[in-house]
Amino acid sequence: MNDTRTIALIAGVLLLLTVATAVGQFLKRHPDRGLDPAAVNTFNLRLRGWWIMCTVLAAAFWQGPTATVLLFGLVSFWALREFITLTPTRKGDHRALFWVFFLFTPLHYVLVGYNRYDIFSVFLPVYGTLFVLARVAIAGDYKRFLERTAKIQAGLVVCVYCLSFAVALLQIPISGQPGGGSANFRLLFFLILLVQFADCMQYVWSRMLGRRLVAPEVSSNRTWEGLLGSATSTALLAAVLWWAAPPFEPWQAALAGFVVAVMGFAGGMTMSAIKRDRGVKDYGTLVVGHGGVLDRVDSMCFAAPVFYHLTLLVTGAGPAP
Amino acid sequence: MPASGLDNHPMLFPADQSPADSEYRPPAEGQGKVRPARLTAAATRPGPRPSSARSTLCRAAGLSLAALARLLSGASVRWIASQPDACQRVYFANHTSHLDALLIWSSLPQPVRELTRPVAAKDYWSRGIVRRWLAEEVFDALLIDRTDIKVHQSPVDLMLREIGTTRSLIVFPEGSRSVTGEVGDFKSGLYYLAKKRPDIELLPVHIDNLNRVLPRGEFLPVPLLSCISFGPPLWLESGEAKVDFLARARKAVLALKE
Repeated sequence: MNDTRTIALIAGVLLLLTVATAVGQFLKRHPDRGLDPAAVNTFNLRLRGWWIMCTVLAAAFWQGPTATVLLFGLVSFWALREFITLTPTRKGDHRALFWVFFLFTPLHYVLVGYNRYDIFSVFLPVYGTLFVLARVAIAGDYKRFLERTAKIQAGLVVCVYCLSFAVALLQIPISGQPGGGSANFRLLFFLILLVQFADCMQYVWSRMLGRRLVAPEVSSNRTWEGLLGSATSTALLAAVLWWAAPPFEPWQAALAGFVVAVMGFAGGMTMSAIKRDRGVKDYGTLVVGHGGVLDRVDSMCFAAPVFYHLTLLVTGAGPAP
Repeated sequence: MPASGLDNHPMLFPADQSPADSEYRPPAEGQGKVRPARLTAAATRPGPRPSSARSTLCRAAGLSLAALARLLSGASVRWIASQPDACQRVYFANHTSHLDALLIWSSLPQPVRELTRPVAAKDYWSRGIVRRWLAEEVFDALLIDRTDIKVHQSPVDLMLREIGTTRSLIVFPEGSRSVTGEVGDFKSGLYYLAKKRPDIELLPVHIDNLNRVLPRGEFLPVPLLSCISFGPPLWLESGEAKVDFLARARKAVLALKE
């Protein structure tokens, strides 16, 4: 099949990471180059994160679709955990939260794993919502009722529902092949690559050209220039890498790249707003020495559903039952 | 709880209820120190027992429960200006959840854990076979009879006798689990412990967010992230008044919140 493409993609990523690591280590050893040591440190930490991420992803891909779904399920679970931890809840929410964590989240991923698009596309937004509303009401605490249920629901939708669309990419039939093939894994990796790249570019362009902050009260480093720059460069990268993402023509890939960058930006802004409201810097402040999982996947959460539906549009197929 | 009357009890009420008795009057200052420990009666079990006496099954149960608690509560452990050590210590913490003692216990390194005994309420933990087994065999808890407090078996004396010169304790000086999540006033047991054994390190511990993992009155946990902070040890200053010392100890716990 097209496995030369997979190999090329893997080799390219490994090469890029290796070069970046070498540069990072060089800069670390030569602090006299006039670069901000804190920025170099951040860069190296980020790189280490990517190495870990690539290793874990590779292991999951190697094991197949089930392992990948499980991996994303665990990431969702952990992200939701961080989300609810930083969101004040009341005792009346306790039982609803229990079922959200131990029934709705796992069950949703089971449905995704079995590619029941007809059910999983409404399971959390409809049934999850109804359940949370009713369970909190039955618990008998009506104080700030809508606010509390909205928090739980937002957590469920962003951390679980949206993120699961990334792994649902594995099920889309591509060019006559049923889902679960190497083309699907490439597609998923393509998405992850674009999201991460867009994040970086946003930072780089903001540093270089950034003048007008989008919302200074929410984020002090996200600028309009950064957004535009990141969307353009991500579109370019996607167009260059179009061969790795099976159903896309180059222009379609570019469009997907553009949209992914914009959605990733939206995700970052949203999570910043929540963090600002709670007065914390990272979701992982409770875990010493780590930025949280949610800090890593916030852009992904917003980009995944759109990318999924773009892919459906391009392949012209509904998700096979 | 306003607790000005209850505060006179030289004990640590380890769980739900306030003390039932009202007859007891604390010994005058210094009197408790003079009274030899061996005169106090009716221990739940004779003397400190070497931890090696616990069976492999109990150890395995302890380890797996500790691991499960750590997993469910996502606890990160911080040692602030202190280190885990096998020296004799009294860990005193805010009390918010049934998981508190288990989590502090599981946050300690294995060798220290073997030396450390949680203090718990006898009326609660000796009810039923499972609870009793957990308390006595798995966690080697020191059970305090809250309903039968007499001058001759003051819980502080019982604790001191049980730990001998090697074991450490986990206590919750608030006496009962906080409903609001605020740290309440400390009962005076900690003061009497410090007074009778000035050589023991008193280590403040702050437990954050565990009341949301397993609040009072719930039995199913929600797996949020919690944080356990161990602070620098403190001792009773010479001539320090009881009220001052207890306020200082409480402040030491609160200071670990950030």
